[in-house]
Amino acid sequence: MSTLPLLSLLVLAPWAGALLLAALPGLSARAVRGIALAFSFSTLLFGLIALSGFNPAAAGYQFEEHHAWIRELNVHYRLGLDGMSLLLVLLTAIVSPLSLAAAARGARDLRLLGALFLVLQGSALGVFLALDFFHWFIFWELSLVPAFFLIKLWGGPGAGRAAYQFVIYTIAGSAFMLLGFAALYAATGTLDFTELAQLGAGGGLATLLGPRAIVAVFLGVFIGLAVKVPLFPFHTWLPPAYAEAPTGVSMFLTGVMSKMGVYGFLRLLWPIFPAQLHAAAPCLLWLALGGVVLGAFAAIKQTDLKRMIAYSSVNHLSYCLLALFAVAAGRSAPNAGATAAAFSGTLLQMFNHGLSAAALFYGVGVLERRTGGLRGLADFGGVRTVAPVFAGLCGIAMFSSLGLPGLNGFVGEFLIFRGVFGLEPGIAAIATLGLLATALFLLTFWQRVFHGPRAGAASGEFPDLDRGERLTLLPLVALMFLFGVLPHLLTGLINPLVTTWAGTLPLP
Amino acid sequence: MTLPVQFIWLIPALPLLAALVGALTPRRGRALASGAAIAAMAGSTLLSCGALATALANPAAHLAANFTWFGLGTGAVQLGWLLDPLTGFMCVMVSFVSLLIFIFSLGYMHEDENFKQFFCFLSLFAAAMLGLLVANSLLLLFVCWELVGLASYLLIGFWFHKPSAAAAAKKAFITTRIGDLGFLLGLVWLYDSTGSLLFFDGGNGVLEPTVLASLAGQTLCGGLAVSTAIGLLIFCGAVGKSGQFPLHVWLPDAMEGPTPVSALIHAATMVAAGVFLIARVYPLMSADQALAHVPLHALTVVAFIGAITALLGAVIAVAQTDIKRVLAFSTVSQLGYMMLALGVGSWTASIFHLLTHAFFKALLFLGAGSVIHAAHHEQDIRSLGGLRPRMKVTFATFAIGMMALSGVPFLFSGFWSKEAILHAAHEWDVSQIPLYAGLTAVVLTAFYMTRLVAETFFGQARSEPASHAHESPAVMTVPLVLLAVGAVLLGFTGTPACPWLQARLSGTPLHSSMEHLLEGGGLMLLSIVLVGAGLGLGWVLYGRNPRASATAVDPLAHSFPQTYAFLGARLKFDELYAATLFRLNSALATLAAFFDLWVWGGAVNLLAWLGEFGGEVNRKFDEEGLNDGFDTVSGSVRGTGQRYSRAQTGEAHGYMRTVAIAFAILTLLLVWLVLASGGGR
Repeated sequence: MSTLPLLSLLVLAPWAGALLLAALPGLSARAVRGIALAFSFSTLLFGLIALSGFNPAAAGYQFEEHHAWIRELNVHYRLGLDGMSLLLVLLTAIVSPLSLAAAARGARDLRLLGALFLVLQGSALGVFLALDFFHWFIFWELSLVPAFFLIKLWGGPGAGRAAYQFVIYTIAGSAFMLLGFAALYAATGTLDFTELAQLGAGGGLATLLGPRAIVAVFLGVFIGLAVKVPLFPFHTWLPPAYAEAPTGVSMFLTGVMSKMGVYGFLRLLWPIFPAQLHAAAPCLLWLALGGVVLGAFAAIKQTDLKRMIAYSSVNHLSYCLLALFAVAAGRSAPNAGATAAAFSGTLLQMFNHGLSAAALFYGVGVLERRTGGLRGLADFGGVRTVAPVFAGLCGIAMFSSLGLPGLNGFVGEFLIFRGVFGLEPGIAAIATLGLLATALFLLTFWQRVFHGPRAGAASGEFPDLDRGERLTLLPLVALMFLFGVLPHLLTGLINPLVTTWAGTLPLP
Repeated sequence: MTLPVQFIWLIPALPLLAALVGALTPRRGRALASGAAIAAMAGSTLLSCGALATALANPAAHLAANFTWFGLGTGAVQLGWLLDPLTGFMCVMVSFVSLLIFIFSLGYMHEDENFKQFFCFLSLFAAAMLGLLVANSLLLLFVCWELVGLASYLLIGFWFHKPSAAAAAKKAFITTRIGDLGFLLGLVWLYDSTGSLLFFDGGNGVLEPTVLASLAGQTLCGGLAVSTAIGLLIFCGAVGKSGQFPLHVWLPDAMEGPTPVSALIHAATMVAAGVFLIARVYPLMSADQALAHVPLHALTVVAFIGAITALLGAVIAVAQTDIKRVLAFSTVSQLGYMMLALGVGSWTASIFHLLTHAFFKALLFLGAGSVIHAAHHEQDIRSLGGLRPRMKVTFATFAIGMMALSGVPFLFSGFWSKEAILHAAHEWDVSQIPLYAGLTAVVLTAFYMTRLVAETFFGQARSEPASHAHESPAVMTVPLVLLAVGAVLLGFTGTPACPWLQARLSGTPLHSSMEHLLEGGGLMLLSIVLVGAGLGLGWVLYGRNPRASATAVDPLAHSFPQTYAFLGARLKFDELYAATLFRLNSALATLAAFFDLWVWGGAVNLLAWLGEFGGEVNRKFDEEGLNDGFDTVSGSVRGTGQRYSRAQTGEAHGYMRTVAIAFAILTLLLVWLVLASGGGR
């Protein structure tokens, strides 16, 4: 196995699928769907192979592939997989085929959709596996192109504007990041994450760049990532983009792409700029807290269900950053237990949110499909009466999202609160408001749509889930139970990594 | 038969399995789902008896079996099972009462189309509740705590097509979650300060002396001990779950659920979970008692909240007209008594009352269920009446429950457990206010229960359904009889003469002697007089002159119309919250949405607009500035070209002529150049 370039296969297999689709015109819709799904499932196959060969006791990169690429520029083709990457690869492996299946249902121009989707999937995997900024950034930017077309061409009535805003906003952020890395490259001559992190941790970077420039570089990289996550208040592109995208694409955007930003924070910003993040963290904590609290409260006011779930994504991802910033702020006495909990919580939250938010978007998609695109809070009533299976599965996803113990969402949120409380008790106390508001809007969603007498779009014919829909939702729900009861299946993969991270503190 | 602690997880596992069976059974599998649920509960009851036997063999021990849930960094999150007399008694009570209520539900829910789902949810509840009891970790307890909340949510909203039921379910979940946020913070604080959440762990558990001493030893700003702060945060959870003031508002609304649910969850077991929680972490709650110079003791807060709740519930119950709401507010009031007992330092009296209350309140609710079932879902006591001759078993058992709740002396369990609480309150050296609140509630309790029985069972039937009511089937009356037996006999386990239950709970030797039977005789006499006064007053107002028609004015409303209306509106707590908290919440949400749309989003749009504007300016500059200049130049070039193009005639002779002339000129030029250079040499 060691000779097999597993990680390259992970990244390139979906792209190969995209090429194949592009090269084969005139296939039947069935064949296109089959090919696209098969290549999308390749990630699951290679992901499981990686899982089986993964040494959970090691913290470093595994299955590493390292080749000189552009010697003149000291650019290397370097891929590697650690616990965090593995979690996200597995998440991609689970969410992508389901998203693609959802997007492909009844869609026109299936071949183009499949090809674009596979390009998107491969790019996301590339982001999670690349260890050299050069191709990492290519993957990072490349993911925007298919996402733009998927939203614009298959999205709702406002899709054009939403896609435009999404792409322009993120590219603007990325431009700052690119400038930052250009400056880093000019000063250090390398784009390798590990080397940059060593320079950053040792303080060599500050010497090379100078005290002012490093702050500017930090800010540039920070803005690029903050827009991507998104960190409050850089989040306003997200609700329209998620709401206007077609169901399957919303699932992928929230399930996988929204993790790229947090991943960037953990892979790039924190290791390379520990001192700068440490200095900025006390302010950034308030931004993350704003995302947690105001994101959830803004969701209460949404009457479009997809926008509501989109805001809940802002809220959930802000917990991840809250934990990271609480660690980085390092204002309290060293607290290894809390730090480990905060990091574990962040990683689990990324994974868990991917499952639950994808399921919730799918649920809204089911409502839309049956009613010709209706997704307003007031458009339904009593759906549970006519579609009990749908109501049940959607309800489980909802309770997972609001952090009910026994389901996956609780473990991550509990660890984040345990960690943040140990480091920043006051912030943790305020953040609980986000938990309350989340329960409030999700139960309102549930009550208005599923409970009460049959009303609105649900008073006519409203069939329960068909086989394909069950096959999409059931795996997600089953995994919610699995990781809610047996979280060690996930924490077992990241414990050494978390320990290392916690050990790299205390900060300068 | 004894059950070792290593296998105590079987007690919640059986109903969990039944819930799974229920969930996977198709809708028509009624017999399978209900059969599995009842069989599992019977099994759990037997296992609980075994567990109790194990615990009683050595009542002072806390048997624990701990295990790792998942690794975390270099550490691990541990959970565990616990068996001590508190767990044992609670398990027996919960599983036995659940069993009876499950059986009762066979009859009560017979005609419901979601019958099998009902048993699935009931089993889920029982599993979570029993899990909560056997947890040896505050985290595991919290997990089960949230799951009973879920089951409660699902069951309150069981008739989800009714908007009122759907709203009540949400209200219950949200209100209790407010308390749970405090609980969560207390939990993570405790975890952070001690590194563990296990109750008992060979000396390192959070309820063991070493850890407690360290917690009580640390102080916060203001001199508050850390243990006090953590204890009060955990108490927030209990306030929510056990319907204590000021979070009591959800419990009466929870009566929207089917009556067996009200009996099991919102009277006998789940709402008592808050009391159990505080009894469980009692060493933590009382860790600050030894400290003299702290501004606040955690238990003092508990006592006063309990006293307020006991009085509040009883006062509101006086003016309710829905049979289930009267009982719901009496539950609020009785839970207040239990909290009061915890606060004044007698957790054993509290658990004694919890156990007796579970029996007589389950009995009362099931009796009410039997009435409602017979009267075709008529719940308004003004429209009932005259049921005594028609429903003899229901009446007799309901009367026993009523006397137990009112504290009719000597024969009924409620008397003994309430006396134990009043006695403890009397001996509390901080304040006598809880005692007075408790005594006032005694009169009120006897009064409103007399009113309830008189209105429901005496006089004339005042509506069509009430006049046609007949006794419920045996599947419903047999559980009533069994609960009635418990409601009588259970009291004798904890009389002052032989406080067996309290001794076993606390693991101390039993001192029994008849001399103690009338211990605190003065107080006991006073409370007997108060019970008598309440019963008498109730009988005078409602029993002697029964209501004539459903629309007749209540005697109290006749004398004190405004007060009565205010009480009937539950002291307007809901309106108060709607005017304050809801508005605040709504305002915050509006503000957040507004900021999103106009400030953050606005800034981005402004930037985008500026970009577009810049682009437009640039375009104009290009087109009208640069381009126009360029156009002018290129226009003239084009003109020149056009002029030259006239030479393009397409005639070969013309071209040849031009070429010849050009050749001649070039030759002349060349000759001239050569000559000139030659001449220059």
